[in-house]
Amino acid sequence: MLAIASAVTVDPFVFRLAIFTLACFVGYFVVWSVTPALHTPLMAVTNAISSVIIVGALIAASAHAFMGSDAEVKAAFGMTRLFGFIAITLASVNIFGGFLVTQRMLAMYKKKG
Amino acid sequence: MSANLAAFLYLVSGVLFIQALRGLSSPETARRGNVYGMAGMAIAILTTLFSIRIEFGSLVMILGGLALGGTVGAVIARRIAMTAMPQLVAAFHSLVGMAAVFVAAAALYAPEAFGINNADGSLHMQSLIELSLGVFIGAVTFSGSVIAFAKLNGNMSGKPIMLPMRHAINLALVGGAVVLVFMLIGTHGVGASAQSLFWILTLVALIFGVLLIIPIGGADMPVVVSMLNSYSGWAAAALGFTLENTALLITGALVGSSGAILSYIMCKGMNRSFISVIMGGFGETAAAAEDDGIERTVKRGAAEDAAFIMKNAGKVIIVPGYGMAVAQAQHALKEMAVKLKEEGVEVKYAIHPVAGRMPGHMNVLLAEADVPYDDVFELEDINSEFGSADVAFVIGANDVTNPAAEDDPSSPIYGMPVLKVWEAGTVMFIKRSLGAGYAGIENPLFFRDNTMMLLSDAKKMVEEINKAL
Repeated sequence: MLAIASAVTVDPFVFRLAIFTLACFVGYFVVWSVTPALHTPLMAVTNAISSVIIVGALIAASAHAFMGSDAEVKAAFGMTRLFGFIAITLASVNIFGGFLVTQRMLAMYKKKG
Repeated sequence: MSANLAAFLYLVSGVLFIQALRGLSSPETARRGNVYGMAGMAIAILTTLFSIRIEFGSLVMILGGLALGGTVGAVIARRIAMTAMPQLVAAFHSLVGMAAVFVAAAALYAPEAFGINNADGSLHMQSLIELSLGVFIGAVTFSGSVIAFAKLNGNMSGKPIMLPMRHAINLALVGGAVVLVFMLIGTHGVGASAQSLFWILTLVALIFGVLLIIPIGGADMPVVVSMLNSYSGWAAAALGFTLENTALLITGALVGSSGAILSYIMCKGMNRSFISVIMGGFGETAAAAEDDGIERTVKRGAAEDAAFIMKNAGKVIIVPGYGMAVAQAQHALKEMAVKLKEEGVEVKYAIHPVAGRMPGHMNVLLAEADVPYDDVFELEDINSEFGSADVAFVIGANDVTNPAAEDDPSSPIYGMPVLKVWEAGTVMFIKRSLGAGYAGIENPLFFRDNTMMLLSDAKKMVEEINKAL
């Protein structure tokens, strides 16, 4: 058993592809069940959640070259931190703006009476 | 934090995002859904912060970026007028696109920070392809959304801009992008040449994004906004592969399919294929059609006449369109509906899927004016009721009520599902002029005997009707 397990290693990419593919189907069914009256809040909230790209930006902003790296590598890491900072700022506008504007919209939907 | 725990928490955050969208299936559960979404985001951010080593300088940048962006976002969210929602959404899309470009750039400049480098510091071909896809879609989303914003916000004319040979130019740009990706793979992502190739690819994508949106006219904006929504998701998903992050993968897939479905619904609402919308130019060729030289007369009415007819009606169906949004007439309209209800009139609202400039645009405006959502109906639910209505009150809508879509095969909108307002006893149109709609097509309803044209600004006219009621 152990020998087989070590001989057959699946590229982790395949697992990621599986998650992605299944999530596409989940998205398909979930979005079809969204009532048309809430399509605008749907766009606002998808906007907010797609800003989860901020996780990449956080890693970039905390990138530090190893001790003793040459000047070129250090410069590249400096640029990376700058890119991270810009991306964090942009994504934050979206996260706060997106969720809050969705909340504001949803608060307006009222039942009769 | 161990890598396994982090991966698990990213999965939790992905599931919470699914719950956020799931909640939108009804207005009652939507607010809780939004809270799930916020929780998912908080978990994703905290998980990342606790799994990396952060030096003091970086911490300042992170907190600074969060505070700066967060403040700007919160202020915008508080102040934005509901009528400006389409341009706000377009602006937000552009930010996601731009953030994706910078995250992709970071992954190329410092792959070590993301743990995606080989021992010699080079990048896998697979990572480079994912990263290129991410930056390409991200940049297209950015520049495309900027153009969409300018068109929706009125900084730019909503008329399609048709460049000569635009299809050839677009093909050349895509071809060029593919060549650039191959060259980037050739560099293994190392050195200044990889970095310049990356930025050239970004530039090509930016130009492509602009060219993609400028030929698309104002009436097709709901499709454009949905499409850019979809792109922002695919950009996030591509980077989810690069960064090996489950939360990003799930979210990207959710947002990507959400935008794709909305685009599909919008296209169906106009009976147009997605390809023909992308190719653009709708409303240009059709403008000159339908001039048969016959002098036709319209019946113009005054606010008092309209008020009198509606007061004595049993049932009134209101059909709002983009004109209501432009005139900010939703509050006056609500007041009118309340007065009519006091007179014992049954009042309902009928919403066409492509009314306004984005999916669900009219619903949000009516909700803002405190119209209860159970008075508001979708096209397929209310279309059979026009026959039993005494008055169809069309405010700022035109093409979505055009009978030519049903009975004139030569009409550019033939086959588009429309609200059958003409089956009502009297049709009232509030319009600023007798001009054609955004699709450039004349509406034969204007000239029918049971049609009353109320030519004025929508808000002013409704206020006058309110006075007369």
